[in-house]
Amino acid sequence: MQRILKIDKIEKYYGSRSSLTKAIDNISFEVEKGEFVAIMGSSGSGKTTLLNCISTIDKVTSGHIYVAEEDITKLKGSSLNRFRREELGFIFQDFNLLDTLTAYENISLALSIQNIRANEIEARIKKVAEELDIKSVLNKYPYQMSGGQKQRVASARAIITNPKLILADEPTGALDSKSAKMLLESFNHLNEELKATILMVTHDAFTASYASRVIFIKDGKIFNEIIRGENSRKEFFDKIIDVVTLLGGDLNDAL
Amino acid sequence: MLFKLSLKNIKKSLKDYAIYFFTLILGVAIFYVFNAIESQTVLLDVTKDTRDIIKLMTNMLSGVSVFVSFILGFLIIYASRFLIKRRNKEFGIYLTLGMSKRKISMILFFETFLIGIISLFVGLGVGVLLSQLMSLLVANMFEADLTEFAFTFSHSACIKTLIYFGIMYLLVMIFNTINISKCKLIDLLHGSKKSEQIKLKNPILCTIIFILSATILGYAYYLVTGGIAQISDATYIFKPIILGAVSTFFIFWSLSGLILILVTHMKKLYYKGLNSFIVRQISSKVNTTVFSMTVICLMLFITICVLSSALSIKNSMTSNLKTLAPVDIQFSKKIDLKEETIQSSWMYNENMIEDSNITLRETLERFDFNVEENLKDIVEFDIYTSNDILFKDTLGTYYEEVYKKYPLMEFDTTETFIRLSDYNKLARLYGKDEYTLENEEYILVADYKEIANLRNEALKRNTPITIGEKKYYPKFKQYEDGFIYMISTHANTGIFIVPDNAVNFLSKEESVMSANYKASSDDEKESIENLIVEGMSSHPYNEYTSLTASTKIHLYESSVGLGAMVTFIGLYLGIIFLISSAAILALKELSESTDNKERYRVLRKIGTDEKLINSALFKQIAIFFLFPLVIAMIHSVFGIMFCNFILSVFGNEKLLPSIIMTSIFIVIIYGGYFIITYLCSKNIIKEKY
Repeated sequence: MQRILKIDKIEKYYGSRSSLTKAIDNISFEVEKGEFVAIMGSSGSGKTTLLNCISTIDKVTSGHIYVAEEDITKLKGSSLNRFRREELGFIFQDFNLLDTLTAYENISLALSIQNIRANEIEARIKKVAEELDIKSVLNKYPYQMSGGQKQRVASARAIITNPKLILADEPTGALDSKSAKMLLESFNHLNEELKATILMVTHDAFTASYASRVIFIKDGKIFNEIIRGENSRKEFFDKIIDVVTLLGGDLNDAL
Repeated sequence: MLFKLSLKNIKKSLKDYAIYFFTLILGVAIFYVFNAIESQTVLLDVTKDTRDIIKLMTNMLSGVSVFVSFILGFLIIYASRFLIKRRNKEFGIYLTLGMSKRKISMILFFETFLIGIISLFVGLGVGVLLSQLMSLLVANMFEADLTEFAFTFSHSACIKTLIYFGIMYLLVMIFNTINISKCKLIDLLHGSKKSEQIKLKNPILCTIIFILSATILGYAYYLVTGGIAQISDATYIFKPIILGAVSTFFIFWSLSGLILILVTHMKKLYYKGLNSFIVRQISSKVNTTVFSMTVICLMLFITICVLSSALSIKNSMTSNLKTLAPVDIQFSKKIDLKEETIQSSWMYNENMIEDSNITLRETLERFDFNVEENLKDIVEFDIYTSNDILFKDTLGTYYEEVYKKYPLMEFDTTETFIRLSDYNKLARLYGKDEYTLENEEYILVADYKEIANLRNEALKRNTPITIGEKKYYPKFKQYEDGFIYMISTHANTGIFIVPDNAVNFLSKEESVMSANYKASSDDEKESIENLIVEGMSSHPYNEYTSLTASTKIHLYESSVGLGAMVTFIGLYLGIIFLISSAAILALKELSESTDNKERYRVLRKIGTDEKLINSALFKQIAIFFLFPLVIAMIHSVFGIMFCNFILSVFGNEKLLPSIIMTSIFIVIIYGGYFIITYLCSKNIIKEKY
């Protein structure tokens, strides 16, 4: 198996010397190609900081992050943007679609900023729209779509560039349970059929149960890690709940 | 406490306020500079004539100032309303915290007060400095030597600026208070969330409206250029103006729709880089900005026309004079005044009848003016006329057509004639071509192009004029450029040169004497000039004669003064209009950038290059600045042609330099606002982490 992501002893401190906050305290893990990894943790556990560091939106204090053997903590300026544009795909909690553009145009933007020709854009959007079942909304504006549709359009935008890694930050956070389920099933589809590598941050056990591996984070450290293996989703969900109970704190609220 | 809050608010939002501040300071400075011109002219070494014109100019400028203060007042109220809207959320939070609306009004009051005070003082400071530079321009305009350079400060202009802007700020405060007292908490908190629905307009409707409004605009253009001859009175001009304004609005409306539809369908272009984003950005607000675009476009149009005409008028007036005033002085007086002429004109009285029967020289003697001692190069001649030869007669067969085209023109005026030998004497003095005539020929001399061109057609048709039963035919098929009377404009509508013996059948209308001063220096000329002008106007015989004198010095000074006056008023209005329109656009764009911060953040998140984002921002702002400017420029081509026509009596040979000057003004002021807007916007959308 090819290693897509390698996190090597990263630390992230906030604040000044007098009042130091360790958002991430020596975390290391790896993600292999085709994996669907969920990172769980309560708010303040450092999971969003971790995602921000991987997505190069934030910088680590120490340690290294390798995406496909490239040390992204060493990237600067325009090569950072290039990396984000070509190697990563993003899915956000609040969709981050441009409200002035139609779904089609929103998806196309991810390609057109890579200078891909209009013909190819059209072909690729057609394909991804079928995969994610959003063909009917392609010509609609975000305000004309449901939350689930919006998130699937955002997923299409994330996947269309064939990124090495898809980062999803609480993708179901703003969705009702039915839309959330549909979205997660499309994630599974992307993961299984298209071999997309997905790293998802969530505090919701149900959402996490769709992943193939769940990493638990508490106070900036890795607390536990469980693998779905041959378990059914239901069994995996119960296992997650067990860990969450162990973790205590406000993650229980998520149930 | 509230005051502290206001102070902090201003500090915090200084960047948002930058353009507003900048505009206020500029407005105050310009207001001061133009009102302070009077104090600068005090230092100039100019004659009494010029002094009078300066006084007139000062009065005009202060009249214009009232108008300018209206424009600036409107701009300030607009801008402050705009800035308040931006802060709805802040006020909403104050209200939810339990602050009363009165207190919020107080905060705004303090803010306006502080901004007002600061901008007034900084603006006045800048104005005082600028007005020192202005004094050079003033001296140059009035072609006077700066006797000495002195730092000037105009108390009256300063006080006037304080009062005018004080009133404007007071109005702003009142408006703000009304605004705040009317708003609802829910709107304040959620006002910014409203996103407008984006709909592409119907392409067919757009096309129809575009064609329709373009046609109407074309018609308006025609009215002020090709069909200009039909303009009979001043009110007529409102028709093309209103047509033009309305069609401009619809052109913006339809053209924006059409271009968007077109670009959306050009897939290769549309799906390239951030183009789709830019196009949608523009289309999302173009619907709401069509009206302000129209206003800005029309303001720019006025700016361009006013500046380029005003800047050219002085040059053409003074350069005209070199040809129009070839000699130092020209006397003329009526000959053979009739009882009925006296009754029909206030210019003459009973006493002049007697005088009109003596020669011009005799009249001058009665003024105790010694011709031989003071004048040289004397040419004396008479102008003839006949009650039987009218303008319409000289048009011959062409008259019917002209009458149909210009029904309001006066065709029953008598024509004037000059003997060939007289004309040649004069031509020699004026340095013009001399002519010869066969027995049955005439030559038409004119320099007022619009009328002269009409006459050309008649000349082409070989139209004869009948003097004493003898027919005379034109020697040339077109008019000859020239004039008899010394006046400051090209206003000779035509005088006929006829063989000497032809005038036996005509009656003398006027005696004329052209001459130069017997003087070798400017000072000597000046003293002879004074002798004539002062001496004659104070002489008791002045009441008894229709003698008038037109002098080179007088013509020159009044032209210079008039030219300077027009230039200053044009500059004043032009700059204010330019600033206002640029400021409105800049404020609009800046607030757009603030609204779009989130969108740019998304672009960044999906990995768009900073360069690409900045270029998208640049293109967006550039399009919004250029669109009205381009349409205004097209308008201006016709506007300037119209101004040219109206001002053609002043001569218009030097339009290009003034158009270049206008362009420089626009590039500096409008371009400056554009650059500042872009830089500020870039700063606004910059991610801060």
